[in-house]
Amino acid sequence: MLSVEGLRSRYGRIEVLHGIDLSVGSGEIVTVVGANGAGKTTLLRCLSGVQPVSGGQITFRGEPLTSVPAFRRIQRGLAQSPEGRQIFTNLTVEENLRLGAFIYDDDRVGQDMQDAFAMFPILRDKRDLPAGGLSGGQQQMLAIARALMGRPSCLLLDEPSMGLAPILVAQIFDVVKNLKSLGVTVLLVEQNAFGALSIADRGYVMETGHITLSGTAEDLIADPRIREAYLGV
Amino acid sequence: MRLSKQATLLVLAALIVVAPIFFPSGYYFRVGSLLFVNSLAVVGVVILTGYAGQISLGHAGFAAIGAYACALAPVHLHVHPSIAAIIGAVLSAVVAYLVGRPILRLKGYYLAVASLGFGILVSMVLANEIAITGGPDGIKVPELGLRAVLADWGLELTNAQFWYAFSGLVLLVGSWLALNLYNSPTGRALRGLHESEIAARTVGVDVAQAKLVAFMISAVYASVSGSLLALQNRLITPDIAGYMHSIEIVTMAVLGGVGSVLGAIFGASILTLLPQLLTVFQEYEQVMLGLVMMLAMIFMPRGLLPSIVGLVRGRGE
Repeated sequence: MLSVEGLRSRYGRIEVLHGIDLSVGSGEIVTVVGANGAGKTTLLRCLSGVQPVSGGQITFRGEPLTSVPAFRRIQRGLAQSPEGRQIFTNLTVEENLRLGAFIYDDDRVGQDMQDAFAMFPILRDKRDLPAGGLSGGQQQMLAIARALMGRPSCLLLDEPSMGLAPILVAQIFDVVKNLKSLGVTVLLVEQNAFGALSIADRGYVMETGHITLSGTAEDLIADPRIREAYLGV
Repeated sequence: MRLSKQATLLVLAALIVVAPIFFPSGYYFRVGSLLFVNSLAVVGVVILTGYAGQISLGHAGFAAIGAYACALAPVHLHVHPSIAAIIGAVLSAVVAYLVGRPILRLKGYYLAVASLGFGILVSMVLANEIAITGGPDGIKVPELGLRAVLADWGLELTNAQFWYAFSGLVLLVGSWLALNLYNSPTGRALRGLHESEIAARTVGVDVAQAKLVAFMISAVYASVSGSLLALQNRLITPDIAGYMHSIEIVTMAVLGGVGSVLGAIFGASILTLLPQLLTVFQEYEQVMLGLVMMLAMIFMPRGLLPSIVGLVRGRGE
């Protein structure tokens, strides 16, 4: 589905990604875990096209993606829930969802919205209210629902658990896990390594712009180095 | 908080129809039509600044294109003044495209600076190309002729009454279009990119192109407003392109509340009528005007109308 080879990226003269290799198979949930500042968000920004790539290749569904502008990537089936959610706070919940389906103008948009409301009933209750009035957890649900309105085959999620209470974190991870049953492939970037690895099929560990470890989620959770560095046990 | 589209149009139409009952003299039809002409340009700013969050300080340049099109096209191209106004609008859109395209790819204040330069350029051309534009003395504009047609149909209006009604009608149509845009996919895209360009791009909005469309639409509003002004004044001078006029248009929108059509028109009303009231301060008129604007922005930063509505609601509860 998605493969990244030797990806490099820089902010000005400082290189922050030093050649990343990873792949996400169709129907998988793959997570990239790592500490703050490891370059996880930069990696996702490269994948969504808002961060310039200085080297390497991104291939999506067999076609090169590296030079496709950000706004065209959703048409290829690659959606994103960006860092910090970035919902449109002055727009209503419904307008956020409709904007998620911006590239579509057909009858399925209404059906997709009903599906989103079925997945997150709270959004139905608040559909006519400005999205800025939602709680953090609800905003995260809206960000995921908005991304799904673009009918993606692959969804990029940047720190969906950030800033949420533990009970909401569990709820969000449940939602991500269930995306699999919708046939959506997920690349999940997380600081919450334990939560992410417990729902993922495979994982990558990122440190200062390198992938330092990769494997199945079970192996990574069991790996003593991971347990010490990220899981706090 | 937001009035619906129908309610906004109804309020606006009612004000336009009812206001003349209270006019003490025919002169107020003239003031009213100037207000509508200003309001039309300001509704364009609502689309550019209120929806899309972009700032232009050169809209007077587009008003000038619309105005001089009405003066020049009938003479040189032998077209009816109404066709001339359409030519002006198309030309404004093309110029907005050429000015906006290289700039709107960039994020930040570049549009404000570049459009300011564009406005100054237009006013210098108009003042210096005396052979074509008549220079600083201005140029005559032909009669639209619609009033005579109405008289043939038995509807006799004074010149001031006709321009009041006609400008009011154009303002209603312009407001209707702007309100339709608000709830269209393009309108949502503009309001979305206003908040987060990254999020707008991830849902598939071509941000640079959407901003360009907003700039072109608002240029057409300014152009039509300039055409209306030229046609009713029957004379146009390069003052219309002055940067003070550009700033005035933006100030009206921001003062009233740039997020909504009604708020922006309210701002246009205040800044069109206030100078008439402030004449009692004689030479301090400009000082008072500046003071009112400063106080309004300090105490009502969202704009007058949203703040007043908020106050009234707060007391009602």
